[in-house]
Amino acid sequence: MSAYETQGFKLDNSGKRVVVDPVCRIEGHLRVEVNLDSNNVIRNAVSTGTMWRGLEVILKGRDPRDAWAFTERICGVCTGTHALTSVRAVEDALAIHIPENANTIRNLMQLNLYVHDHLVHFYHLHALDWVDVVSALKADPKKTSELAQSISDWPLSSPGYFRDVQNRLKKFVESGQLGPFSNGYWGSPAYKLPPEANLMAVTHYLEALDFQKEIVKVHTIFGGKNPHPNWLVGGVPCAINLNDTGAVGAINMERLNLVKSIIDRSREFIEKVYIPDLLAIASFYKDWTFGGGLSSKNVLSYGDIPQRANDYSAANLLFPRGAILNGDLSHVLEVDLRNPGEIQEFVSHSWYKYPDETKGLHPWDGITEPNYHPEGANFKGTRTKIESVDENAKYSWIKAPRWKGNAMEVGCLSRMLLGYVQPKQFPFIKETIDGVLHKLDLPVTALFSTLGRTAARGIETLYCAKLQEEQFDKLMANLKAGDTATANIEKWEPSHWPKEAKGVGFTEAPRGALGHWVKIKDTRIENYQCVVPTTWNGSPRDAKGQIGAFEAALMDTPLAKADQPLEILRTLHSFDPCLACSTHVMSPEGQELSKVTVR
Amino acid sequence: MEIETFYEVMRRQGITRRSFLKFCSLTAASLGLAPSMVPQIAHAMETKPRTPVIWLHGLECTCCSESFIRSAHPLTKDVVLSMLSLDYDDTLMAAAGHQAEEIIADIRKKYKGNFILAVEGNPPLNEDGMYCIHGGRPFVEVLKETAADAKAIISWGSCASWGCVQAAKPNPTRATPVHKVITDKPIIKVPGCPPIAEVMTAVVTYMLTFDRIPELDHQGRPKMFYGQRIHDKCYRRPHFDAGQFVEQWDDEGARKGYCLYKMGCKGPTTYNACSTVRWNDGVSFPIQSGHGCIGCSEEGFWDKGGFYNRLTDIKQFGVEANADKIGGTAAVAAGAFVVAHAAASALSRARNSRNDQSKGDK
Repeated sequence: MSAYETQGFKLDNSGKRVVVDPVCRIEGHLRVEVNLDSNNVIRNAVSTGTMWRGLEVILKGRDPRDAWAFTERICGVCTGTHALTSVRAVEDALAIHIPENANTIRNLMQLNLYVHDHLVHFYHLHALDWVDVVSALKADPKKTSELAQSISDWPLSSPGYFRDVQNRLKKFVESGQLGPFSNGYWGSPAYKLPPEANLMAVTHYLEALDFQKEIVKVHTIFGGKNPHPNWLVGGVPCAINLNDTGAVGAINMERLNLVKSIIDRSREFIEKVYIPDLLAIASFYKDWTFGGGLSSKNVLSYGDIPQRANDYSAANLLFPRGAILNGDLSHVLEVDLRNPGEIQEFVSHSWYKYPDETKGLHPWDGITEPNYHPEGANFKGTRTKIESVDENAKYSWIKAPRWKGNAMEVGCLSRMLLGYVQPKQFPFIKETIDGVLHKLDLPVTALFSTLGRTAARGIETLYCAKLQEEQFDKLMANLKAGDTATANIEKWEPSHWPKEAKGVGFTEAPRGALGHWVKIKDTRIENYQCVVPTTWNGSPRDAKGQIGAFEAALMDTPLAKADQPLEILRTLHSFDPCLACSTHVMSPEGQELSKVTVR
Repeated sequence: MEIETFYEVMRRQGITRRSFLKFCSLTAASLGLAPSMVPQIAHAMETKPRTPVIWLHGLECTCCSESFIRSAHPLTKDVVLSMLSLDYDDTLMAAAGHQAEEIIADIRKKYKGNFILAVEGNPPLNEDGMYCIHGGRPFVEVLKETAADAKAIISWGSCASWGCVQAAKPNPTRATPVHKVITDKPIIKVPGCPPIAEVMTAVVTYMLTFDRIPELDHQGRPKMFYGQRIHDKCYRRPHFDAGQFVEQWDDEGARKGYCLYKMGCKGPTTYNACSTVRWNDGVSFPIQSGHGCIGCSEEGFWDKGGFYNRLTDIKQFGVEANADKIGGTAAVAAGAFVVAHAAASALSRARNSRNDQSKGDK
C-alpha cells in the first residue's frame, strides 16, 4: 500500500520522509511524519499519539461521585470540561436533576473556559505560526500605531507604547538568550505579515498573557481554583447567600459583581484585540488556502450549553449538535451517543489489541489491552528508538473513532459550520461568519482550511463572550425570582442508587466533541470510558485505511522549506491538539486489571 | 557569548532602576522576607546572569504550565522575558522537532551544571518507558540525560512529586515520580494539582535571587509554602472549633460558610498554602468556594478513600506543628487524639447527628 486513494485524498508514501517529534505548542505528546514529493508538497501524512496514561483503568471500582476529579486531570488546558462531562454522565446514570442555578453556573464556567482557552490558543500556541517575532524588530512604531488604531479603538495603541515593547523585545533578542523564541523559523518565506503587523501581534501576545489570568477567576469564584476547579454531582459546590448572615462565606453580591466585571472585560478584550488581530492576520494569508482536510466532508458536534437545566436535546442547546456527511450541508444528521452502531473505536493501527480488529466497538463495549509493538515493513528503528513508523501497521497510542464508519473532524470549525447551516437556531453564528467572510472578501468555501479553523475559533469566542453575558443575566433573573438552590441532594447517598445503572455525559470541549460513558454497579464504577476530541482529530488510520482529521488536513500542503515544519505546525495547531486527552484508555468489562497492566 | 546579569537585562529592557528596586521589594514581600533583605536581593540580581531553564513534560495534563502562566506577581511575562531564560518548554516554544531537540543539547553543553531542570509530569517505566515517547525515545531517557547536567531539579506538581493521577491504583503505566528515577541531584518538590501560580514563581524567584534552593522539609517541599496544613490557617477554622458544620450540600451551614470537615474536607491533613496565598491572585480557594479540600498536594491523595469521606485521622497538633514534627510514631496517638477532640468540640455540638457516620462510604 505505498499509494492509494481514500476520502478523496491520494496518499503516496514514496517521497522523502520528514519527522516532527515533538510537536510543540500543544498539550501532550504528538509525533507527525510526512512524505514530500519533489516539489516539497505533502503527499502522505501520519499522526502518532505518543503517550498513554490509563485513567479509565484507574477509575474502576471507585465512587462515581469522585470521577469528576480524576477525569478533570485528563487535561489541565481544557480544565473543567472533563469534570463537567463526568458529572453529567453520573447524573444521567442515576437520574439526578440539577437546579437551574447549577446549570447556569456550569454554563458560565464552561463558557469561561472557552474564552480563556481560545484566547490563549490563538496568542500563545498558534500565533507564532503566522507571526514572525524577529521581523517585529524592524517595524516602525508610528506605523504600527496607525495600523492598530485603524482596526480597533483599544486604548493601548500609541507609537510610544509600541516603541517600548519593541525596545524590550530588541534587548531581549540582543541578549542572545532567546528563551521560548529560540530556534524558531524566523525569516521563513512562509511568514507573510509586514513588520508592523508582527509588532502589533507580538505586543498583544504579551498583553494576552497578562490578561488571560484574569479571565479564569470566574472558575476560582465558583470552583475555588483554576486550573482544576471543583465540581459536584447533583449541582455545584458553591452555595448562594445574598442577604443573610454569613453571606460573606458564599456566593454573594460582591462575588457576582466580580464575575460580571470579568465577563465585561473579557468581551472587550475579544472584541477590541483578538478579533481585530485575527482579521488583520488573516487578510495577509488569504492565499494560503491549505489545511481543510475533512472539514468540507465530515464534521461532528454533540452540542452543549443547555439553556434549561436537565434538557440535553438539540433544541435546548446553545451550541449546535449534529453531523454532516460527505459535504452535504443541506442535511444535519442526528447523533445518538447511546446507539451502538454510531460511535465506534477501531484499533487496527493503534497499539491496542481487539479480538477482531476489523471491527469497531461502541464505548459501552470497549476493550483496551495495550499492545506496544512498533512494527511493519517500513518501520525504522528499535522498540525504544523510533526513527520512522509504518502507517500500514500499528503506529499510535490513539485509537481511531468513527461515526457510522466515517472519520470525522470535531472542534470549533465543525461547530461553527453546523451553526452556519442552521441559521434559525443560531442566527448570531450565521451573521458573524457572513460578516467575517464579507470583510475578508472570501467565499464560504474558504472556511474549509487551516485559516478557516482559526477564524472559526475566533468567531466562536465572540459567541461565547455574548453567551456569558446572557447566562449571567439568566442567573441574576433566577436569583431575583427567589431561587437560590445550587444542589440537589436527594440521591447524594449511595443507598438511594439502583443496583446497576449506566449513563452518558457529553460536552463540547473547546477542541471538540467529548463523551463519557459510565457503568455503575453496587455503588461503584464498573466501567468508565471517554471518547475525546483529539482522539477524533488525531486518529490514525482504521481497518479500511481511512485517515484521520490531522492527517487529512496536512495532505497536499506545500512546505516553503523541507527542513522547517512551519506549515505542518500551522495546520496541526489550528486544531489545538490535546494529547493527554486523546490517549485515554477503555477498559473491558470484567477484565482482570492484571491483563491491562502490561508486565 | 557574554552572559548578562539579571539586572543588566532588566535595564536593557527599559526597566528603570527605580522600578527594579520596587521589583526587589515586591519579591521580598512575596517571599515573606523583611524589607532589610531588599538590598541583598538587588545585589544578587545585579550580579547574576539569567539562568537557563529546561522544562520537560512527561505523563501529565499540563495543568502546571497553565497554573504557572496565571502568576500575578511576578507576571509570567516578566519571568520569561527578564528573570530566567526559558530555553526549552514544549508548551510555549516556537520551535518543534529537531530544532527543539537541538536546544536541549546546546543548553546541556553550554551551561553544564548551571541550568535548572523543571519537570512537569513523570516518566512511566512499563513497556520500556514507551508509554511516554519524546523524539522517538522513552521520556525517561531524555529526563535522565538532561538531569545529569542540571544544577538542580524542580518537580512541578503532584505528578513529578508523587505520581498523581496516572500513578493511582493500579498505576497501569508504572508512572514514577522524578526523585525515584533521579537520585543524585537536589530536587525541590512543588506539589499540588496544580501548585498555586504564585508559589511556583516564588520558588523560582527565590532560587534565582539567593542562588540556593529553598529550605525543604523532610519530604523535599519548600517549608515556606508547605510547612503548615490548610486547616491551620483556614478562615473557616473558627466554625470547626465551634462545631458548626456543613451537614449537606447547599444547606444553611453551606450558605453561612461553615466548616466542610463533615463533607470530607482534607484541609486538616493537607500541607499547602491555599488558605493563605489563595488562588488566582487571591480570589478564593476551594474551601472558600464551598467544596472541601481534596488534598491534591499530598502523596497518593487519589487512593486515600473518597473525596467526600470524613477524615478520621486528623493529626491535631495545633497550628505550630509542621510536617516534620508530625508523623511516624506520633500518628497513632494523633489519630486517637483527634477522635477525642472531634467528639468533644465538634460532633457532640452538631445539631443533626444523622450523618455522624462517614458519608457516602462504600
